[in-house]
Amino acid sequence: MPRALVTGNHAAGHALAVAGEANRCARGCAGGAYPITPQTEIIEFLRDYSFTRGRIVPVESEHSAMGVCIGASLAGARAFTASSSNGLAYMTENVFAAGYYRLPIVMIAVNRTLGPPWNIWVDQGDSLALRDAPWLQFYTESHQDLVDTILLAFRVAEDPRVLLPALVAMDGFVTSHTQMVVDLPELSQVDRYLPACRVPHQLRRDHAVTFGGLTWPRETERHRRDIQQAMEQVPQVLAEAIDEFEKVFGRRPHGAISAEHTADAETVLVACNTMARTLRGVVGARRRKGERIGMIKSKLFRPFPRAAILAATAAAKRVGVLDRNHSPGSGGIFWQEIAATLHARPDVLVQDYLVGLGGGDVTPQIIDEIIDDLARRTAAADPVWKEVAA
Amino acid sequence: MNVALRTDAETYCDALLRPGNTNCAGCGMSLGLRWLDEALGGEKPFMVIPACCGIVTAGAFPTSAYGAPTAASTFASAPAVASGISAVADLNDEDSVTVCWTGDGGTYDIGIATLSAAAERNENILYICYDNEIYGNTGGQRSSATPEGVRTSTTPRGKSERKKDMMAIMIAHRIPYAATLSIAHRDDFLRKVRVARKTRGFRFLLLLSPCPTGWKAEAEQSVDLIDAAVRCGLFPLYEVFDGVRYRINVRPDGTPVDQYVAGQRRYTGIHTDGSALHARIDEQWRLLNVLAEAFPADGRSA
Ligand SMILES: Cc1ncc(C[n+]2csc(CCOP(=O)(O)OP(=O)(O)O)c2C)c(N)n1
Ligand code: SF4
Repeated sequence: MPRALVTGNHAAGHALAVAGEANRCARGCAGGAYPITPQTEIIEFLRDYSFTRGRIVPVESEHSAMGVCIGASLAGARAFTASSSNGLAYMTENVFAAGYYRLPIVMIAVNRTLGPPWNIWVDQGDSLALRDAPWLQFYTESHQDLVDTILLAFRVAEDPRVLLPALVAMDGFVTSHTQMVVDLPELSQVDRYLPACRVPHQLRRDHAVTFGGLTWPRETERHRRDIQQAMEQVPQVLAEAIDEFEKVFGRRPHGAISAEHTADAETVLVACNTMARTLRGVVGARRRKGERIGMIKSKLFRPFPRAAILAATAAAKRVGVLDRNHSPGSGGIFWQEIAATLHARPDVLVQDYLVGLGGGDVTPQIIDEIIDDLARRTAAADPVWKEVAA
Repeated sequence: MNVALRTDAETYCDALLRPGNTNCAGCGMSLGLRWLDEALGGEKPFMVIPACCGIVTAGAFPTSAYGAPTAASTFASAPAVASGISAVADLNDEDSVTVCWTGDGGTYDIGIATLSAAAERNENILYICYDNEIYGNTGGQRSSATPEGVRTSTTPRGKSERKKDMMAIMIAHRIPYAATLSIAHRDDFLRKVRVARKTRGFRFLLLLSPCPTGWKAEAEQSVDLIDAAVRCGLFPLYEVFDGVRYRINVRPDGTPVDQYVAGQRRYTGIHTDGSALHARIDEQWRLLNVLAEAFPADGRSA
């Protein structure tokens, strides 16, 4: 694999492009492209790529970008796009449609604050607002994690046991616009890694069916249940996809969650995306001082990996969740999931921290303060607003 | 001619619009779809249908009243979904036809940005709007295709705004082919669909589609109403190539507009004598004549 110093957006564009190109011997690839900061370089990269059998359609909106993906995927092609923030919000209707259609589309979400008021910095509230859509959701902490996860996402989404679209998120600017050295997958490797994309319900000229017409409650219940069952297959399919990845690329990508130092940890912190990297440094330093502390890097958000979270918190007495998102009237969205997961463990204190909203810089010092706060608590309270300096 | 005999079941199965569909009696879509099928010579298109009466027509899963592969898109997305389908067909060198079959709500209102963009990109799509001048699916609300004066459930005292000229908007995109269709002019209808099928790129066909339910008209009058609409000049039959070559297919023959209006109770009390419509018809034809004279389609075979 060539190692290169690239931005997160470049890395994502490359991964999408080679995944699309790898389907040239099947029905090719297509997608829609519409700009929004901080995602724009991805769709520019795709528009510039010379596909053997592929077309990136420069549409007039995100709603249509997903519309094109839906049409292309229904026609049997590998389909993908990228967006951020208000673009994702504008696209939402077709995001749901793509999932209900069971189309294995892959979308990059470069996390950015929803507006107005306008703020282009990172906040996971945009993609998390889509958590109730029938999509897999992955959150990535680094450029390498991003590239690897995009390839895993295609493989899992297109697996006949799953057949659901997948969203891969990265932090706006912190990942999208910074450079890191990345192992970029080569086409020959991706050719080996990704089987030809097969959409079993592809529209065929000789097959008169109506997809997405009317259904009664009974069929609708079954449809939703099928989606739930497909979601339940994801941990297994993802584990297989990771094993296969290692065989082809010689490197093992991160799994659904990364549980670090949790075996004996009485205090466990949970974070996603680049916050998890900062957290790792803080947790490492505290362990060196003898604290029984660990962390969970939460990558897979849909389906939510409850079993893995329960296992990783087996020794925990306190769990602190860092949420760079806010569900008004409730709190952090990761916290909601973690608290629901640990409902069966009343002995564990679960505390939410809303931190870094709107792109505030979550420094090691802030995380240290959060951990100190968590240690002082005797009972869980409402989500805590942990403001950061401008 | 040697015509193979077929059982009813075979005929039904093959038809683009199968019996058992939920269209109201006298719905313009029924004839429109049957003639579309006939003009395509039995070739099965990929159908993309947004939210509208046309998708209810399909019936409930797993049945399909459409005898062709059909995708139900979200309301505003038919041209985007069709862009994806036709792009992949082109990438795989398949000579198929992707048809958007949409109502006026999906065309004039919520879908206009998507439609305009697909036309601007000259996507290889055959777009047909069955314009019933109303939101039929949701029970008869106004759209920007509803004519001035007409009563709908959201214009209970009559609509105060004029109907949007969708043909002019599409022609302004300089698409390869744009034409109007009438369910009272079969030869003209079939010919135009065939021209559209042979043309590559974005093609826009506008069908004035009677909706007895929304128009408060009698089902058996549908064809006569459209015939009157064409004859009185309210709905001109014409076609435009590349946005600049006009051909008028049927000219007004002096039929009074009342013949169209009187049969529809949506007009009751608004245009009883049709006088208000005459000025609109005159204006429309002055404009169309100027364009057709200045930019004739002559020399181009249709
Ligand atoms: C985004 C969205 N808004 C509203 C609706 C509700 N809706 C369904 S069909 C329809 C009207 C369709 O009108 P038109 O396109 O004229 O077709 P018709 O029903 O007359 O055949 C509306 C408002 C919807 N399905 N999606
Ligand atoms: S409501 Fe009107 S457009 Fe809809 S099916 Fe009935 S007649 Fe046709």
